[in-house]
Amino acid sequence: MENVDRIKSEEMINRIDGRLTKNKIVKGLFFIATLFTLIMLVVLLYRIIAQGAPYLSWDFLQNFASRRPEQAGIKAAVIGTIWMMAVVVPTAAIFGVGSAIYLEEYAKKNTLTRWIQMNISNLAGVPSVVFGLLGLTIFVRLFGFGNSILAAGFTMSLLVLPVIIVASQEAVRAVPNELKEASYGLGATKWQTISRVVIPYAIPGIATGSILAFSRAIGETAPLIVVGIPTFVAFLPSGVFDSFTALPMQIYNWTSRPQEEFHNLAAAGIIVLLVVLIMMNSVAVWIRNRYQSR
Amino acid sequence: MKVMPFIGVLGLKGAIGLKTKEKELSPVQELLEKKYNGGFLNRREKIIPIILFFMAAVSVLTTLGIVLTLIFETITFFGDVSVVEFFTATEWYPFSETEAVYGIWPLVLGTLKITLIASLFAVPIGLAVALYLSEYAGVRTRKIMKPILEVLAGVPTIVYGFFALTFVTPVLRDLFPSIELFNAISPGIVVGIMIIPTIVSLSEDALSSVPEPVRHGALAIGSTKWETASKVIFPAALSGILASIVLGISRAIGETMIVSIAAGSTPSAALDLTSSLQTMTSYIVQVTTGDAGFGTTIYYSIYAVGFTLFVFTLAMNALAQFISKRFREEY
Repeated sequence: MENVDRIKSEEMINRIDGRLTKNKIVKGLFFIATLFTLIMLVVLLYRIIAQGAPYLSWDFLQNFASRRPEQAGIKAAVIGTIWMMAVVVPTAAIFGVGSAIYLEEYAKKNTLTRWIQMNISNLAGVPSVVFGLLGLTIFVRLFGFGNSILAAGFTMSLLVLPVIIVASQEAVRAVPNELKEASYGLGATKWQTISRVVIPYAIPGIATGSILAFSRAIGETAPLIVVGIPTFVAFLPSGVFDSFTALPMQIYNWTSRPQEEFHNLAAAGIIVLLVVLIMMNSVAVWIRNRYQSR
Repeated sequence: MKVMPFIGVLGLKGAIGLKTKEKELSPVQELLEKKYNGGFLNRREKIIPIILFFMAAVSVLTTLGIVLTLIFETITFFGDVSVVEFFTATEWYPFSETEAVYGIWPLVLGTLKITLIASLFAVPIGLAVALYLSEYAGVRTRKIMKPILEVLAGVPTIVYGFFALTFVTPVLRDLFPSIELFNAISPGIVVGIMIIPTIVSLSEDALSSVPEPVRHGALAIGSTKWETASKVIFPAALSGILASIVLGISRAIGETMIVSIAAGSTPSAALDLTSSLQTMTSYIVQVTTGDAGFGTTIYYSIYAVGFTLFVFTLAMNALAQFISKRFREEY
């Protein structure tokens, strides 16, 4: 009996080395995979900066699109993106936060509510190009907005709406019940409680989620193409019914040209786009960190 | 002198207020509403939920709008093109003046090629990163990697498309000269890079949500970390991991810009991965970039293609939800 046990434990000791080696190898492979994703990001950024940085200049920001690469700029695209976001931000924020408050505070927990909720999460999985088809049919054709800022802005608003709703719902849900009860206890009505207690408390969470959603809207290209936003624009829009172009559209246009110079311009445009996105993300992270401690 | 009656009124109101409060304390809220504020607040309390309900209805209307738009325009398309041709013809050749053929198969095949390469690339790497972060990495590595993955997830797809065309394709062509400028491999790999963050973050959530005691139990009976991860944690988190993969695949199917830029625009029924192809999404982009006149068969064909795409992604999303509900391990 003792003998058998000793043999077994010897076997175990012999095997443990192999098992530990296996563990080490796997750990190494996993680490390499992790390192790989990091390297991918570095290579991506390095390539774009190396290619685009020499083309970044005040003129590049100040000039309109041009057939001659050395004179081309992104003025119309930057201003166009700002115009579009001026439509998207209020539309998506109002409808997103409104929906979230309805679902969290007013909606009864019944089949209809569950159905709306399921619908929102499914909507988040619909490809952006399909939202483009919706915008083309409803806003461009049916409402007759044409390829205007309004049509593109509304399409983008619908695209980011599910993200904002879900983020706002989480923020509203995180409001402590004690605060709401205290408000009711002071005699406040439901809407007074929501507008003066729930929303102020939930604002940081709502803002963080919304900013991330808006940065997605800035970078989305496919819906704009489908809606029919032109790429070659040499004027600035003066109202929401005007035609316009946006940053990703301009980048797409330059990328799809065969000449190397235009690729460099595209890289420069991407740098501008990424700088905007990084700034927005930093603000979101700053808000999150600042208010997380509560 | 004029101040006095004002104070008097205030005092009276206060007195009434106090009195009512004392009389019926329980439904304070409703009472105060009715006594003090009369109709206005009351009406506001009734109208606001209705307004908010209509706001929430917008997302339902969006879904309805998408489905109805796709269905109606697809029906119009099938007025010109037979359903049988759409599903059985193996050619997609819409731009011919005389003999246009609309068989969806080449576009579906293009999408499948890209999706296959992307998942072959992203699933092993994504799972490896998720396992490393949840089972091996220390707090510091996680603190560095999480934001990096968030950045990767936030990079617009147009940027990935540019990267595929101007970096990955040339590198691949240096290594394998037989690859054409537009091919399936380069955009496939880059779509894979794009979906890695989705797979990692959802799988990592699933792995981390397996309770610590389970992990400790396995380690305590002498398992190595790898044995714990592969035989205990991974199976326990399997539903979440599978759901993350399916969601990643769904994103790959719907990805538009990377394939539009780097995969070309030649619908092809060949199984070859090194030559130009077209996916469902990039066909829609090709038609809407050019000026396909409103009302032409080509115009309506983008809705039929969009509908097919919508059904594909909807099926994948439903599958992901089914997996995560059906096979969830409860702790």
